Amino acid sequence: MPVAFLLLVASLFPFAVGPDVRLLGQTGGGMVWIAALLAALLPVDRLITPDRDAGVLDQLALRGISEEIVALAKMIAHWISFGPPLIIAALPASALLKLELPVIMRLEVGLLLGTPALAALGILAAALTAGVRSASALAGLLALPLAIPVLIFGAGSLHEGSHGALKFLAAVSLVLVALTPIAAGAALRAGRE
Amino acid sequence: MVTAHQLGCVRGGRLLFTGVSFALARGESLLLRGHNGVGKSSLLRLIAGLLPVFAGNLSAFERMAMCDEHLALDENRTLAGALSFWAHMDGVSDNAVSAALECYALTPLRDIPVRMLSTGQRKRAALVRVLASGALLWLLDEPGNGLDAPSLALLGAAMQAHVANGGCIIAASHFNLPFAFTDSITLQNPGEPDDAHL
Repeated sequence: MPVAFLLLVASLFPFAVGPDVRLLGQTGGGMVWIAALLAALLPVDRLITPDRDAGVLDQLALRGISEEIVALAKMIAHWISFGPPLIIAALPASALLKLELPVIMRLEVGLLLGTPALAALGILAAALTAGVRSASALAGLLALPLAIPVLIFGAGSLHEGSHGALKFLAAVSLVLVALTPIAAGAALRAGRE
Repeated sequence: MVTAHQLGCVRGGRLLFTGVSFALARGESLLLRGHNGVGKSSLLRLIAGLLPVFAGNLSAFERMAMCDEHLALDENRTLAGALSFWAHMDGVSDNAVSAALECYALTPLRDIPVRMLSTGQRKRAALVRVLASGALLWLLDEPGNGLDAPSLALLGAAMQAHVANGGCIIAASHFNLPFAFTDSITLQNPGEPDDAHL
């Protein structure tokens, strides 16, 4: 799913801005980042709500498994489901946008560092909106502003000699990955009442 | 095994009940009664630790198993496969699942996907999970809902066997289950006259 989404966006993008190689090379990397963010938010209404509605979360809590562990496991599972496929799909997408090899390398490293942060945001938004009607729209509104640092440093790392941006991207990722299980766990507990 | 002293519960800013006290020793069972919305399910969830205790004390030491209106089984897996997920969580073997399936006459359906089961079969599947878990304390929320007469008899037999083995049962039911509870509580919302529903 995220792979098809990314490839579709990458093939539509040149139609939208025109087949100018120089322009595509300059803006294509940032476009891949936007597509990655949206691909991470694509399944957000399926991450927590079905398990909550089926009573799985209750049964897990009954067995003494804390909500934080549940959120952590879901975050890792969400990353596995879209992170690696996205990193691989970024290669043909880069070809479609005619990105240069050094840019592709920096994009791939950036995606590797940044997709855990996107997975964390997806779980956080899903946990906060679980059980709410039209949850996916609300989750998008919640998660997109929080994704600004990821996008700034992710897209910033595409320029030559910008190792600082990669470090900041890694830092943002670490903070989000560390905080999400705690915040999402609290949201799951509060949502039970 | 479970003691509750002057328990109170608040849901959505509304006081559901206060002053609920009971004590259950091994081999005892408790039936919760009361009309719809009085807080029977909330009391069960409170005992399970899924709701915060608003007032009073609650101590429950034993491993619990709960059966409520949620099935909590993977719809796309076979019945045996979905149940074995929880068996692994509970640290019991698949043999326990097979024995419990046999108890509720579900063995012929063990390879059927969960989504194909009927209402009564789903309820029995949830009860199988409770039985297979090996937990000493059973929390059953309307366990008889959707069950036909033969299935109700199976449920009664399973409850009897559980209590005979030193287990405890706390159940909420609006109709009579084929099982003799040692104790019962009638819940009541505060501010209602005593004979509101009698």
